Amino acid sequence: MRIELNGRLTETEAPTLSALLAERGHDPACVATALNGDFVPREAREATPLHPGDRVEVLRPMQGG
Amino acid sequence: MFYGIELTSRLMLGTAQYPSPAVLREAIAASGTDVITVSLRREGPDGAAFRQILADSGCRILPNTAGCHTAREAITTARMARELFGTTWIKLEVIGHADTLQPDPFALVEAARVLCADGFEVFPYTTEDLILGEKLVEVGCRVLMPWGAPIGSGQGLRNVEGLRAMRAHFPDVPLVIDAGIGAPSDAARAMEMGFDAVLLNTAVARADDPVAMAAAFARAVEAGRMAHTAGLMPRRDMAQPSTPVFGMAELG
Repeated sequence: MRIELNGRLTETEAPTLSALLAERGHDPACVATALNGDFVPREAREATPLHPGDRVEVLRPMQGG
Repeated sequence: MFYGIELTSRLMLGTAQYPSPAVLREAIAASGTDVITVSLRREGPDGAAFRQILADSGCRILPNTAGCHTAREAITTARMARELFGTTWIKLEVIGHADTLQPDPFALVEAARVLCADGFEVFPYTTEDLILGEKLVEVGCRVLMPWGAPIGSGQGLRNVEGLRAMRAHFPDVPLVIDAGIGAPSDAARAMEMGFDAVLLNTAVARADDPVAMAAAFARAVEAGRMAHTAGLMPRRDMAQPSTPVFGMAELG
């Protein structure tokens, strides 16, 4: 299915948010996730299914002021 | 006291725009800061190195919601930051205008209301508007962070009298001048006026020598605070001789 991952159209086989992180090689402890604009806590990723057209954000610490 | 935390330094430092990670690391040390601000962005290459700098600094982390233009974006970003950095502190920015980077006061209060109710300890980036400050306190903010000048402008304290009025209006709320500081003298002045701390980034990061500038700001903030505690002399409209007139010879 096709989703939007960090603003880019992305083809994925991952059925859940946690599976998507594994598919993309993210360390699950080092990123924070949001689905369609809402925060998804770490412990809820496995039970969060993905659907075509979903907007997923995977964020990490960054320099900021 | 910032949400019950007593800091040893009254300088809070941003971590963006440094010429290199090594300079950032040294500047944090030279500033003597206890609090550094960080952000959340999409995955890129240098995540691990930055995380290491944060860990090594020993500083308390104040994540921000920089770049958010709606309450919803800011709330989601804050929740992501809380999980990632393991802190309930959040520097809440809800930007209302892309050119001035002025906060959107309505969305700011709305986001602060939701986040305070959700257990966050909110540091709202605000203006010197007194009513806005009152609304933020009403919804649960126990720190306010008025701007000195637009973010990154280095203009210093643009509305000194407005800030003075704000200080007087909120005697018991910790107030941090956030944004717009350009020179150590700006920071010293804010501290002399009785502000509890200053938060800055560009003035250090964009200096020719950020490490030396971080040290300069550390001293300015300390001097300003010391001067405030010592009590400044009252200003006068007219001159008044400092040398006694009494006992002066008549030589004319």
